[in-house]
Amino acid sequence: MTLIDLANPTRFLSLSTRALPWLAGATAILLAIGLYQSAMAPDDYQQGATVKIMFIHVPNAWLSMFVWGVMSVAALGTLVWRHPLADVAAKAAAPIGATFTFLALVTGSLWGRPMWGTYWEWDARLTSVLILFLMYLGLIALWRAVEDQSRAARAAAILTLVGAINLPIIKFSVDWWNTLHQPASVMRLGGPTLDRAFLIPLLVMAVAFSLLFVTLHLAAMRNEILRRRVRALQMMQVAQSGRRSA
Amino acid sequence: MNAMSLGPYAPFIVTSYLLVAAVVAVLIAWIAIDYRSQKRRLHELEAGGMLRRSGRSATDLK
Repeated sequence: MTLIDLANPTRFLSLSTRALPWLAGATAILLAIGLYQSAMAPDDYQQGATVKIMFIHVPNAWLSMFVWGVMSVAALGTLVWRHPLADVAAKAAAPIGATFTFLALVTGSLWGRPMWGTYWEWDARLTSVLILFLMYLGLIALWRAVEDQSRAARAAAILTLVGAINLPIIKFSVDWWNTLHQPASVMRLGGPTLDRAFLIPLLVMAVAFSLLFVTLHLAAMRNEILRRRVRALQMMQVAQSGRRSA
Repeated sequence: MNAMSLGPYAPFIVTSYLLVAAVVAVLIAWIAIDYRSQKRRLHELEAGGMLRRSGRSATDLK
């Protein structure tokens, strides 16, 4: 199975329709395991029970950046390789990425209030993630505003690649600037600093949310392909009725 | 059982989990409703005699 095989939308529909029930099942099982482990995880000696927010905040935060990364690869697929499904993948990913980013911001805010004493601080990490959220909204608006889908795809691809500059800024903002946000404690040189009691539930939840993304993304791509078929048939219908009336 | 002892910050923790559950549920529902909507529109177009150039059904996902 290669990317060329998946370039055929009909073949993609067939494969995704077969894969989706399995992916959804695996996601549900892993989420259940992750939630159980999160509930049973001990309190942190400093943060107390609020550490449980980490198990949902961090996967959403990771995915907020990962989804933009996926969209960036799709943008290259649109601009460089002209892969037929690249802009479908990019368009379908944007609302899902926006949702994860929104959840990262809100759960971070709900974690920040008891730990930092404030819901929001205009520091580098929080502000750069807010910018990421606004960029997601901008992309969604762009897709909706431009009628010609191929023009929208090229414009969105360029905006996505420009926006990818924000990803290393988000990642390293805690190192480059003074910030309330803690530095990286999992994805860092020298290995994670988290205790296994927190690390294992966090990784299970991260894999579960990643599977959730893959599942929702495939389903949303399938919807987008069907939407384009609807549009194509509607245009044929309009053309036929135009010929009849001429 | 640590699960039952959320301490003084329980509202923040519970709100976080409920919010994530609600928003993810809305996202799943939106995608599922969109799928049914597109399939319904394709069925209506095909019932009206519109067929793809390949002649295959637009709703055939197998």
